[in-house]
Amino acid sequence: MADKIKEAARHTRHNEGLIFEKSAPGKRGFELPPSDVPAVDMRAALGSDYARRDIEGFPEVSEIEVIRHFTRLSTWNYAIDLGMYPLGSCTMKYNPRVNEHIARFDGLATEHPYQPQQLAQGCLKILFTLQKCLLEITGMDAATLQPAAGAQGELTGLLLIRAHLESRGNPRKKVLVPDSAHGTNPATAVIAGYEVENIRSDARGQIDLERLKNIVNDDVAALMVTNPSTLGTFEPRIAEVADLLHARGAQLYMDGANMNALAGVIQPGRFGVDVMHLNLHKTFSTPHGGGGPGAGPVLVKSHLEPFLPVPVLTEKNGQLALEPVRPKSIGRLRAFGGNFGVLVRALAYTLAYGPGIRQATEDAVLNANYIRRNLEGVFDLPYASPSMHEVVFSDNRQKKNGVNTMDIAKRLIDYGFHPYTTAFPLIVPGAMMIEPTESESKEECDLFIDAMRSIAEEAATQPDLVTTAPHSTRVGRLDEVAAARKPLLRWKSKAASESAG
Amino acid sequence: MYPSNYRYTKEHEWVRVEGGVATIGITDYAQHELGSVVYVELPRPGVQLKAGQSFGTVESVKAVNDIYAPVSGEVSEVNSALADTPETINKDPHGKAWLIKLKLADSSELAKLMDAPAYEAYVVDHQKGTSA
Amino acid sequence: MRYLPKSPSERRQMLEAIGARSIDELFASIPDALRLKHPLDLPGPLSEAELVQYFRERAAENSLGYSSFLGAGVYNHLRSVVTDTILLRGEFLTSYTPYQAEISQGTLQAIFEFQTLIAELTGQEVANASMWDGSTATTEAVLMAERITRRRRVLVARSLHPEYRQVLATYARNLDLQIDEIGFTPSGQIDLEALSVSINKEIGAVLVQSPNFFGVLEPVPRVAQIARGAEALTIVAIAEAVSLGAVQPPAEADIVALETQSFGMPPSFGGPYAGVLAARETYVRQMPGRLAGQTTDAQGRRGFCLTLATREQHIRRERATSNICTNQALCALAATVHLCLLGKLGLREMAEQNIAKAQFALAELEKLPGVSRVFQGPIFNEFVVQFPRSMRMINAQLLRDKIIGPLPLGPHYPELTKCGLVCVTETTRRQEIERLACAVRETLAVPV
Repeated sequence: MADKIKEAARHTRHNEGLIFEKSAPGKRGFELPPSDVPAVDMRAALGSDYARRDIEGFPEVSEIEVIRHFTRLSTWNYAIDLGMYPLGSCTMKYNPRVNEHIARFDGLATEHPYQPQQLAQGCLKILFTLQKCLLEITGMDAATLQPAAGAQGELTGLLLIRAHLESRGNPRKKVLVPDSAHGTNPATAVIAGYEVENIRSDARGQIDLERLKNIVNDDVAALMVTNPSTLGTFEPRIAEVADLLHARGAQLYMDGANMNALAGVIQPGRFGVDVMHLNLHKTFSTPHGGGGPGAGPVLVKSHLEPFLPVPVLTEKNGQLALEPVRPKSIGRLRAFGGNFGVLVRALAYTLAYGPGIRQATEDAVLNANYIRRNLEGVFDLPYASPSMHEVVFSDNRQKKNGVNTMDIAKRLIDYGFHPYTTAFPLIVPGAMMIEPTESESKEECDLFIDAMRSIAEEAATQPDLVTTAPHSTRVGRLDEVAAARKPLLRWKSKAASESAG
Repeated sequence: MYPSNYRYTKEHEWVRVEGGVATIGITDYAQHELGSVVYVELPRPGVQLKAGQSFGTVESVKAVNDIYAPVSGEVSEVNSALADTPETINKDPHGKAWLIKLKLADSSELAKLMDAPAYEAYVVDHQKGTSA
Repeated sequence: MRYLPKSPSERRQMLEAIGARSIDELFASIPDALRLKHPLDLPGPLSEAELVQYFRERAAENSLGYSSFLGAGVYNHLRSVVTDTILLRGEFLTSYTPYQAEISQGTLQAIFEFQTLIAELTGQEVANASMWDGSTATTEAVLMAERITRRRRVLVARSLHPEYRQVLATYARNLDLQIDEIGFTPSGQIDLEALSVSINKEIGAVLVQSPNFFGVLEPVPRVAQIARGAEALTIVAIAEAVSLGAVQPPAEADIVALETQSFGMPPSFGGPYAGVLAARETYVRQMPGRLAGQTTDAQGRRGFCLTLATREQHIRRERATSNICTNQALCALAATVHLCLLGKLGLREMAEQNIAKAQFALAELEKLPGVSRVFQGPIFNEFVVQFPRSMRMINAQLLRDKIIGPLPLGPHYPELTKCGLVCVTETTRRQEIERLACAVRETLAVPV
């Protein structure tokens, strides 16, 4: 009897299998309306070489099974809708629901990218208005909304710089990337055909202007800078950095991943940035969706405008058009215009705030500083420079008890929070990078602070509790080593794995 | 800990020379720093390597380490067993987990490498450096 | 502001706790001269009702009420409301990339199912978690082939989507990759003779799309055979994923770059969609993008985690397989849910309806005087027809009947002026096809 109760207590929702394991021949979860044209023999229509025989290993399940399967899976996820997501550099803020509603409108979601432009003025107006808003927020001169994500925005930016330098006779060889930068920066520079030179930050974690003076020469095409830096600190001498680069014919690229600290307070266009990208899935609230989609619009100063990717959005006599050919363009970065559905959401977000977007920035900075103030003294603060929208601690104190940043992060899960960012920025060993965003109330910040203080206490008194966390999740820490040694990247039917084995 | 008949590099490779053949691996310190090894990428036999040249990588779940040739020569043999059992590198870095064998081109290069006591001192120094 | 959860008094309390007199103190690290002294000049703020109103007005300025025969890489297919119901669950919609596996098992298992579905569909061994779209996936497939073969030349079918070719050109320009195009024959398929002549041991990969830009199926086994003869890889791009429900999968290919928009994603004026790469397992370490793998926890329970991450930019930085970071996870989830709903039977039936409708539409148009089919090769749901008048004239006339007509091919293929690409799917009603044929007939009847 006791055994049975134990079994019953663990409902299958805790251990939902793979959808393939629910499959049985003949079930279906979707029915099509009957065809209203004469049926065609597939072998005759396609030729026997082209007609598919069977779709192996595909699930056959009913609608309710699909609903239950994915609903159960969803309950195993953490989400902003459940609580604070203090992932530094990711800006996990509230994703307004009205934006989801709007993006699905007939007349927006239904529109084809190749329909005649006189029948797409509504879509183009959305793009045009968003461009204008982003230009105002950044203080730049021209924009492209085409890049699919931040990394493609970076590539676009570097290709623009290359095209500009080429037009002056020499594309140059190197792109400088601070050691505190996101990994996408150096990876992108290589795809843009540049060598990467990593530059070390100074003792405050900031760009070392004196060192930079010795590094920037005729080979340097650009410096990629994240401002505020990944330490959450504004680069106070950024304007001088820009002047130095410009004096030597190089360009300043800004990774706008941390724009949530600046919107409404300062325009990057005013401190010498030549080109930058924004992550709409960060600052502009479009949902992260478990890893995407995003959008990475690129904003430039006027000298880079002739090189923007095609198509370019133009306005003539009140009619908007996508101009497909521009002689100096760097070309096309992806098919069709861009992640329109994401851009719609970003515009809805921007219009909801209007000039009040500054309040969001202020609240984000207020939250980060509040958390910093309340955790200083509990965790080590490797760089004392002022924090903007995020704060970076380290596990230096807890390491003495054998507890590292990842352990603390995992233990946070038991307190109902998503972990902060670990392992980044690279210049802080044992980094604990916390970005609360403006979406957290004082109460939620206080709960987070309590949790962190409590974990620090545990790390001192019962470190095992922390190093073996999380204790409350459906699965414990997973064997990533085994996953990487013998990658198992897909399900296989019993028959298929037996025949292979 | 570190065999006295081996020579060592600052990048934490070891080399053992027997009858003109140099056997090369990574040191215990290197495997420890890297953590559980999940993948090894090695060159094909016949490749010519110069001392200091990168010839492959050893990967853990979250890190990739380049491996550099301590001495010059032609790759004569590759430890293909490591493809299936990369964990050997963690278990027996100085023995079964050798990576490649080279036909030694210039034995005078060995003199530039550290002997075991020198390497041990270097590792102690190195650890101080990273924890500071 | 309704999205901000703080009262004025809470803001004051927090500032006090920090020890700052005003919020401006927290921005003191920004030099004063750089700080904005005036509010931004932005429209808004808008309430929820005003936002809805604003976007309804924009939607009304588009093509509502028109019939469309556009495809060319973006397709209108049936979607179940179930898909959106799942996508709108906050636990999927508002979660981050599943780096913290213990609280991301939902997303991770769904990715694992996606990878399985795509591998099965494409006849490949493994698939990744998604790429930005079909065009960038295709480009990444070429870069992947270059890493595998270490050869810097690629042969690309001219029947590959023109915008896919443009994207490839943008990336290739700075990477010292040489791209040469192979033309097409009257069948609309790649010119195999020209391919045989051009192939050699400097070529790293041969790239075709199937169904290609003209809607014609490419002879993938023949292409692969020719490529293999020179130890080059075969890459197959697929922009119309529904075709895989009825068309033989490109199992002979080494890498498949698939656009999954047709699986549950609306056209949405160009995106977001989801690309994906599928390939032979031996190439997985050269594959870009995220991968979910199955493993266990300490108690032996099955779980999933992102794996082989050392390929990626956040670890390997300038030596990563790609710079991709954010991908199209939610779109891939849409495809997963959609494919689970359709299942084996639904997907096949949908594909077969597309073929039947295309055959019907082709027959209806071929009946018209002076209208002819251009390519003789087998088609899925798109085909090219030639008209006796200019496409501009035909389409202008059709618009008056509230029909968005065939895509003119002239801008991308100068030899195909007066030719248009017609697309019909299971969503195109017979009556609409007949109305198109009727409208074209009337247009052609008007003396020039």
